[in-house]
Amino acid sequence: MSAPLVDIRNVSHRFGQLAVLKDVSLAIEPGSYTILLGPSGSGKTTLLSILGGFVTPSEGKVFIRGQDCTAVPPARRPTTTVFQDYALFPHMSVGSNVGFGLRMQGVDGATRAAKARDALALVGLAAAFDKKPHQLSGGQRQRVALARALVIEPAVLLLDEPLGALDLKLRRQMQDELKAIQKRVGTAFVHVTHDQEEAMALADHCVVMNDGRIEDEGPPERVYARPKTRFSATFMGESTILAGTVTEARNGIVTVSTAVGPISVHGTSPAGGKIALAIRPEHLVLDEAKGDIALGKAKVGDVVFQGSFKRVLAASAQDPALQFIAKAPASAAVQAGDTIAVSCNAQDIILLAD
Amino acid sequence: MRAAVRLAAWVYAIAVYGFIFLPVVVLVLFSLQATSFPIPPFTGPSLRWYQAVLSDARLTSALVNSLLVAVLSSLASIALGFLSAWGFARFVLPGSALLRGLITLPLTVSYLIIGMGLLVLFNWAGVPKSLLAAGIGHVVINLPLCFAIIYSQMGDHQINIERAARDLGAAEWKVLLMITVPVMAPAIFAGFFLSMTFSWDEFVISFLLTRFETTLPVEIWNLLRSGLNPKTNAVGSLVFAVSIVLVVFFELTLLRRKPA
Repeated sequence: MSAPLVDIRNVSHRFGQLAVLKDVSLAIEPGSYTILLGPSGSGKTTLLSILGGFVTPSEGKVFIRGQDCTAVPPARRPTTTVFQDYALFPHMSVGSNVGFGLRMQGVDGATRAAKARDALALVGLAAAFDKKPHQLSGGQRQRVALARALVIEPAVLLLDEPLGALDLKLRRQMQDELKAIQKRVGTAFVHVTHDQEEAMALADHCVVMNDGRIEDEGPPERVYARPKTRFSATFMGESTILAGTVTEARNGIVTVSTAVGPISVHGTSPAGGKIALAIRPEHLVLDEAKGDIALGKAKVGDVVFQGSFKRVLAASAQDPALQFIAKAPASAAVQAGDTIAVSCNAQDIILLAD
Repeated sequence: MRAAVRLAAWVYAIAVYGFIFLPVVVLVLFSLQATSFPIPPFTGPSLRWYQAVLSDARLTSALVNSLLVAVLSSLASIALGFLSAWGFARFVLPGSALLRGLITLPLTVSYLIIGMGLLVLFNWAGVPKSLLAAGIGHVVINLPLCFAIIYSQMGDHQINIERAARDLGAAEWKVLLMITVPVMAPAIFAGFFLSMTFSWDEFVISFLLTRFETTLPVEIWNLLRSGLNPKTNAVGSLVFAVSIVLVVFFELTLLRRKPA
């Protein structure tokens, strides 16, 4: 197996007394789209800054293309960053902005202009070459920043919440475009966001971070369907969480005692241990117990119509602290105040260490 | 009642502006006097006193000296002010607030005290009274000003712009020259022109620190000692005109900035 493009080994970082990264290791494959997903304060932006060379980690090493880049300044490492506020040079034309990196490499004016035009064409802004950044809209500035970072052909492109400042519609549009551009240029992208929809739509490799640690990483489908930890189950999409104690573990079947009765699922976990069971909203079955595992009765607290479906919040009759989050069809007749039966299928239950 | 208030406001405004501008108007008016005394009745307009000023070698050389001192001391002030502002804005320094306070402190000290201090210091250090000494004095009074103007405009929003340049491969001096200076250009020009204005008509420090070659305000003072005549008005008007031009430049550069 070839070495990964980027190899982050046991990186820790402290700002004064505050530990923001705790022994993080991460490999990034060539041509992949990696998303660092996490709430604010999870250390994802610090990890990106360490990759970009703006922060030197307190401990650990960063290898890019097999070279130790831990203390190499941003100017001399094969990464470029697309900043959240775009950081375009306001006094230069769009063409000069995009050509800046080549100019620093000593590329002559004509080649620079030609490459800058190509890069602008790639992001669909060929006509903006002679404009000034302040004449462009937010989405256009974003593309210029992308072209500026891509034109010097970095080994890794780093994007710091690149869609954060755009409105929702534009964000979804740019999201599709980012993915398309990444596929076309084949550069590895590392993208920081706190938006799990963005993460699921873009990532080849999704890294869920919390409190300075990597909670879970893998293809987004896997992270969503089979999250490794309780945090990633709740951060990457919503879940109903059933806390319980393992009463029996045998032959790959774990029986868990919960507020709504014993539940048996596939998995391994030591008997007597605390455990959490997560169920995705779309896997909860409301009304008559159609699923193979009954989860008792629940009183509907709130029904939110969301267009294609209804989001139902219901409190368990057995344990009012237990909140079911379910997705019901838009045509469902369920109303706040109803008491309904809740069930699910055994294969949809996710076993989480608590 | 309303009319009375309006009238009072007008009277007040006229009084204020009259108080500020009447001396200047009188100065300029009698610089155009055709006869030998700058007192009513007005006998002009005539440009004979301007001609007299421009053919007076002492005054013209003082004018050149003044321009030289103003330009060079302002260049030094703005360069040093920019670098110190950049240092304070971009790096974490021990005692930063205290040091920033110290650097702006000369703004609150009278020119007389600064001039006397420099006089004593230069005497002790063996620096002769000269235009250079006066220029250094002007740097002392203008550097805090340049620093304060540039520091106030050097916000965090430029940090990422500088980072982006570094990220794209720019060496530190290139970041400063190609990014920070152009982005800060309005504040830099504003500081430069304001320094020019202050240096141009500064009297006390120049008076204390120059001897044979001197600046225009000192030369005007010499002229005034021999009594009033329209020539002093003419040279005063010239000084005033240059100051106005500099202030206009200052306002244009600082106030007409495009929103980023």
